[in-house]
Amino acid sequence: MTDALLQVRNLRKTYGALKVTNDVSLDVHEGEIHAIIGPNGAGKTTLISQLSGQLRPDSGTVIYTGQDITALDMAARVRMGLARSFQLTTLLPSFTVLENVAVAVQAREGSSFRFFRPASTERALNDQAMECLNDVGLSGTASRLAGALSHGEKRQLELAIALATRPRLLLLDEPLAGTGHEEAAQLVDLFGRLKSRVTMMLIEHDMNAVFALADRVSVLVYGEIAACGTPDAVRNDAKVRAAYLGEEEVA
Amino acid sequence: MTYMTQTLTEPRAGLAARLKLALAIFALLAVVPPLAHAMGEPFMIIIATRMMVFAIAALSLDLILGHGAMVSFGHAAYLGFGSYAVAILSRAGISDLVLQMVAAVLASALFALVTGAISLRTRGVYFIMITLAFGQMAYFFFVSFSALGGDDGVALAARSTVLGLPLLQGETGLFYVTLGLLIAAFAGLYLLTRSRFGRVLTGTRESALRMQAIGFRPLPYQLTAYVISAAICGVAGVLLANQAVYVSPAYMSWHRSGEMIVMLVLGGVGSLTGAMTGALVTVALEEGLARFSEHWRLGFGLILVLVALLSPGGLSGLLRKFNLLRDDK
Repeated sequence: MTDALLQVRNLRKTYGALKVTNDVSLDVHEGEIHAIIGPNGAGKTTLISQLSGQLRPDSGTVIYTGQDITALDMAARVRMGLARSFQLTTLLPSFTVLENVAVAVQAREGSSFRFFRPASTERALNDQAMECLNDVGLSGTASRLAGALSHGEKRQLELAIALATRPRLLLLDEPLAGTGHEEAAQLVDLFGRLKSRVTMMLIEHDMNAVFALADRVSVLVYGEIAACGTPDAVRNDAKVRAAYLGEEEVA
Repeated sequence: MTYMTQTLTEPRAGLAARLKLALAIFALLAVVPPLAHAMGEPFMIIIATRMMVFAIAALSLDLILGHGAMVSFGHAAYLGFGSYAVAILSRAGISDLVLQMVAAVLASALFALVTGAISLRTRGVYFIMITLAFGQMAYFFFVSFSALGGDDGVALAARSTVLGLPLLQGETGLFYVTLGLLIAAFAGLYLLTRSRFGRVLTGTRESALRMQAIGFRPLPYQLTAYVISAAICGVAGVLLANQAVYVSPAYMSWHRSGEMIVMLVLGGVGSLTGAMTGALVTVALEEGLARFSEHWRLGFGLILVLVALLSPGGLSGLLRKFNLLRDDK
């Protein structure tokens, strides 16, 4: 069996006495959608932040495409194709929707130490940005300011920006949070289509989406991996039912 | 620092309208000398020259403060480097403006490169304090520079020559050279803020985290902007020395740095035209109010309070409010 695209080994992160990430090891294989579920406060976002390079783990290693990337910063990881989307929408509010995406294209296309030509006239950037907007269904809002979008549209834009970095592995932090039914269905559909070209790690509370999309599911409870396997195996795991799904089904 | 600029910064729409406003300002300025002569009030040319010198300085500060969210409280240091480049070189027998400007630009850029590389490791109020500290170090260096008059400053023997020509000897000549450089500074910064580089700089102002998450490391861009800004302010310093035919450490005191921030806030941060308007109006008010009363600062303070309360976008925000700065779409 070939090595996994992403291998996380014995990752630990503590804040004082709180073990936010407690000896986490997991693999993400090329081509799969790997969902991370777990109750609030289980350390899901903290885990993604360590994988994306925003946070340094206290110990452990992160191996991506066979290389140890534990010491690399976020920018270096993005350039290697390891991108993330944020749970709390992180946009450039005074930029237009198109510019938000075009600047991500710009990051990987040529030098940005160019001082005179207006960036907004670069067709190569705009065309690629437009494609990403089409992918997420936002092409109609290209010229609006990002700050003026609805919450659901901001979620879509967040995703378009991540796609514009041409990721090989996309870390999605609750991409459906706060979207309406229709938008959520659209996004689930999009993830399904993207699966053939991008590997995804997905944090999500929407269990229907998780079980519809994921090839494998890891359950994170108090910073530890409580279970990992196919959706069916995880659904039937007694420990998981007790820790997490049980509450959901009762509710 | 985004907390400060986010509310004050203009949306990036309305560029065309902004360009028109700038052109109108330049056109108005261009007719000041003949008008002043016709009215028999040639001192107006001197005041207008000072207004434009500070407009160049304010434009340079707007690049880092308005577009980069780097609130420098030591920017007057570069006015000082520019001025002292004139004083030191002319004492050494080099009186050509071009050479003096090259020296001013190099000295300012070098100081900015070193201090910026250190300052940019901090954020928020710490960045403000550390730039203030570096500015004061430069100030006290020239205060104790007794060969150049120390605290008292030093009078220049004459204004600089331009490629051997005595272009600046008359007030009108200096006026038009200053206007030319103001237009050049505005045009250069206007292009720069819309370029790929400017996009990364403004993007970092909006969200450094977002920029990192798409693969940028903001520091080299911020530092480059810091150096460019210092170099342009150095040019303003060269003009300031020529206008006053006198150089003093007072040009680079922290009061002066604060005044430059006031000009920006008065005019509107992050739009270039706002910086220009703010500087022109501030110097004009200083001169105008000072003639009514020695307590003019009281009046100026009142105007600042009103602008801050009524229009957080500064004077250019006020224009927008009343639809005087509308985009023709």
